[in-house]
Amino acid sequence: MTDTLAQLTAKDFTSHQEPKWCPGCGDFAVLQQLKNAMADLGLKTEEVVVVSGIGCSSRLPYYIATYGVHGIHGRAMAMASGIKTARPELSVWVGTGDGDALSIGGNHYIHTVRRNLDLNVILFNNEIYGLTKGQYSPTSKVGLRTVTSPNGVVDHPINTVALTLGAGGTFVARVMDRDGKFMRDIFKRAAEHKGTSVVEIYQNCPIFNDGAFDAFSSKERKADTTIYLEQGKPLVFGLDNRKGIRLDGFTPVMVNLDDASVSQDDLWVHDEKDFIKANILSRFFDDPDTMQNALPRPFGIFYVEDRITYEDALTAQIDSAQERGEGTFEELLTGSSTWTIS
Amino acid sequence: MSETTILNKKDMVTAKSSVSVLFAGDSGDGMQLTGTQFANTVAVYGSDLNTFPNFPSEIRPPAGTISGVSGFQLQFGTAGVYTPGAKFDVMIAMNAAALKANLKNLHHGGIIIADTDGFDARNLTLSGYGEANNPLEDGTLKDYTVFSIPVISLTRKALADTGLSTKFIDRCKNMFVLGVLYWLYSLPIETTIETLQTKFRNKQDIADANIKAVQAGYNFGDETEMFSQHGRFSVAPADKKPGVYRRVTGNEASAIGLAAAAKKAGLELFLGSYPITPASEILQTLAGMKKFGVKTFQAEDEIAGVLTSIGAAYAGALAATNTSGPGLALKSEGLGLAVILEIPLVIINVMRGGPSTGLPTKPEQSDLLMAMYGRHGDAPMPVIAAKSPVDCFYAAYEAAKIAVEYMTPVLCLTDGYLALSSEPMLVPSPDALASITPVFSPARKADDPAYLPYKRDERGVRQWAIPGTPGLEHRIGGLEKHHETGNVSHDPENHALMTKMRAEKVARVAEIVPDLTIDNGPEKGDLLVLGWGSTYGAIKKAVEQALDGGCSVAHAHLRYINPFPKNLREIMGNYKKVLIPENNCGQLLSLIRDKFLCEPVGFSKVQGLPFNEMEIEAKITDILKEL
Repeated sequence: MTDTLAQLTAKDFTSHQEPKWCPGCGDFAVLQQLKNAMADLGLKTEEVVVVSGIGCSSRLPYYIATYGVHGIHGRAMAMASGIKTARPELSVWVGTGDGDALSIGGNHYIHTVRRNLDLNVILFNNEIYGLTKGQYSPTSKVGLRTVTSPNGVVDHPINTVALTLGAGGTFVARVMDRDGKFMRDIFKRAAEHKGTSVVEIYQNCPIFNDGAFDAFSSKERKADTTIYLEQGKPLVFGLDNRKGIRLDGFTPVMVNLDDASVSQDDLWVHDEKDFIKANILSRFFDDPDTMQNALPRPFGIFYVEDRITYEDALTAQIDSAQERGEGTFEELLTGSSTWTIS
Repeated sequence: MSETTILNKKDMVTAKSSVSVLFAGDSGDGMQLTGTQFANTVAVYGSDLNTFPNFPSEIRPPAGTISGVSGFQLQFGTAGVYTPGAKFDVMIAMNAAALKANLKNLHHGGIIIADTDGFDARNLTLSGYGEANNPLEDGTLKDYTVFSIPVISLTRKALADTGLSTKFIDRCKNMFVLGVLYWLYSLPIETTIETLQTKFRNKQDIADANIKAVQAGYNFGDETEMFSQHGRFSVAPADKKPGVYRRVTGNEASAIGLAAAAKKAGLELFLGSYPITPASEILQTLAGMKKFGVKTFQAEDEIAGVLTSIGAAYAGALAATNTSGPGLALKSEGLGLAVILEIPLVIINVMRGGPSTGLPTKPEQSDLLMAMYGRHGDAPMPVIAAKSPVDCFYAAYEAAKIAVEYMTPVLCLTDGYLALSSEPMLVPSPDALASITPVFSPARKADDPAYLPYKRDERGVRQWAIPGTPGLEHRIGGLEKHHETGNVSHDPENHALMTKMRAEKVARVAEIVPDLTIDNGPEKGDLLVLGWGSTYGAIKKAVEQALDGGCSVAHAHLRYINPFPKNLREIMGNYKKVLIPENNCGQLLSLIRDKFLCEPVGFSKVQGLPFNEMEIEAKITDILKEL
């Protein structure tokens, strides 16, 4: 319930329903940062709709004290598209998972992204099916042993960021569930972006896929395995940021800044408006567990593009059709060609 | 007066009460356009009218062959025009293939107007008659009245001084034929001239050429001796209710019905849809209605079609989706969500021959049981059916009214026959249309008691709580929910209660379903013909004829299939037998048997073709003989 004018806090966005996720689930952190971001954005609870599909993460709407619809498996993007098209003034958020968005809902995902409705898509990627108890998902790593892949997964996994860029995404970011503040800031950027904003979250499932992202989140390894993207800043990583990425033509090359022949000025400077570079970045998808000299996995905002939203383009067409006034009920019934019988 | 006393009957005019005409030619010959022109003329003239296009499912099949034949059938008359006609009285055959493909449906002794230029060696070979067997000359057509006219040659002659290319002039041949037909049926040519002038207002030479061709055809009728043995015909205008009329196909009528319902309810119309034959024209028509604030969303698939609509309905729009059988199957999971969310949604299913891709361009009524039961779980929803092209308007409108006023998805059934057929529609005034009253939950203040989104009124209907309204923030979804708070509930008693309440709500729609009335025939008697959907015209005509023949038979037609009208059992009890003709293998028959434990007689036709009145009349006669 909202008082007018007063800025709401995360508490105002907390519903009366107790989250029913497993202890230690990465979803709790995402929920908290979402509520923080909504409060920071000055949103009112009545103007927000959180839409989801099916899966652990899709329980999200129940725990946020706004409007919420928990739909059916894979269809959150379609439902959200209908809501946003009908009511462009609403702030529409989608909570979805790797199975929901990229497997059963893959078709809706790519088409929603290309249409560029102004939606904020929070894609919880835990590389596993949790709610159905541990089957592999379209983002599971090759070789992962699960109840449906007792000898290891043979499918090649989806690269969410590359897929989203390929589908024509206008805001693509990746965050780690443990990076609370970072996640919150990216949620805010996503909400401020006018268009479909996709934030992929690497989210740990402690029950069925524990440690899936340890390579990128463990204290010992993260410095060498991750790179945090900052607009206008060189791509640096490693202990004390002594490593960097240089572009050799279209090929990214890891360099050591301790090497006298390498200077900061040689490094690739991140520009989130650069589509080509975003695509190269999206292909930083090496698995550090199975590969020597793996490129670091990027986190942050890969790409941002200003492109008219679907709902604005549609509204413009309607406005243009109604330039000389909206058609009357009589005109609607009569049509353009009639005759009279007297 | 015997025929021998008058040698030239040219000035004689024979009155007819109705005439069925088929325009048939190559799919590139413009038969749909020509038929439409003729339909507009007889409509403005004041005839009753029903049209049906019959074209190949391929866009450009091989020219000159049987598979490339495109037809446009229409019936016009003074009274009793409910169908495009079981068989035609007149056939325009622009080439040999058109004749060969359609001759079996021409009445014995019927008239053939053949373009002899379409019966050259090439056309004869492609048609399958064979180069040496010209049916116009070899006696094949001795049982018919044949007018062989060299249409292309005469058109070229008439337009020789226009300076237009031969290729273009040849395209005017349809207008020449149209002129001949106007002369033969004593119809005015002015409507077509006006249409051509409007259509080609920026291309005066083209307008002039087409107009000249129509006039040349008309004058040809006047001057030639060809018709001297037969004279002309006339069909008096129908005694139609005065008013403004427009011609609509079933799909156009469905689209306008939805848009009208939105206007009446004061809501925005949203259609989420995926193109599918024969339902796409509903999406196309509404996509062109932005002037009226209509929003259409061409989704990536059928599933997104229904889910975007569910989203729009949740957000407060009058939401609809349209499809045909295979698409309805894909939407069925979404429809379960709409049922459990209890939001208004209209689904228009334009039925076609199935299963699978089946006969995409041919009508069937075989989705009735899917409409009734094709969902997981106990998920009832109202099901209504349109009986004629114009009735598609009223069916869509009523579906929207029930959806909004009962907070439920409603399935509205039409079919490929109604979808593409057209007839004149008396334009209603907005005030004459039934009210549609959405009930939105009002905003609440901080100290109001907690909002209960699933609290119901005395009819079992919840209110519409739309985002943006302060104080109504609530979370709902596909999971079973508490009967008042809407919060997730796995409680066994609550699920039983919710299942019962959802079913009862739909059953209570019966309270506003009008009693079933006898369309024609005695209130009590030997046989009731009970129909639903597009069989209306054929049944009506068959029963009319059977009544003329002294049979004790009546016709009733169901608009509401779920729930049935309250008096259906009583009506059926007034007859010794009930006959149910359907374009399926007995689906309404099953529903009626199931509900009333009675034994009606089924009559199926599943050929991808509508019934014709002769088939139904013969069945009526057979049953009455056995009684």
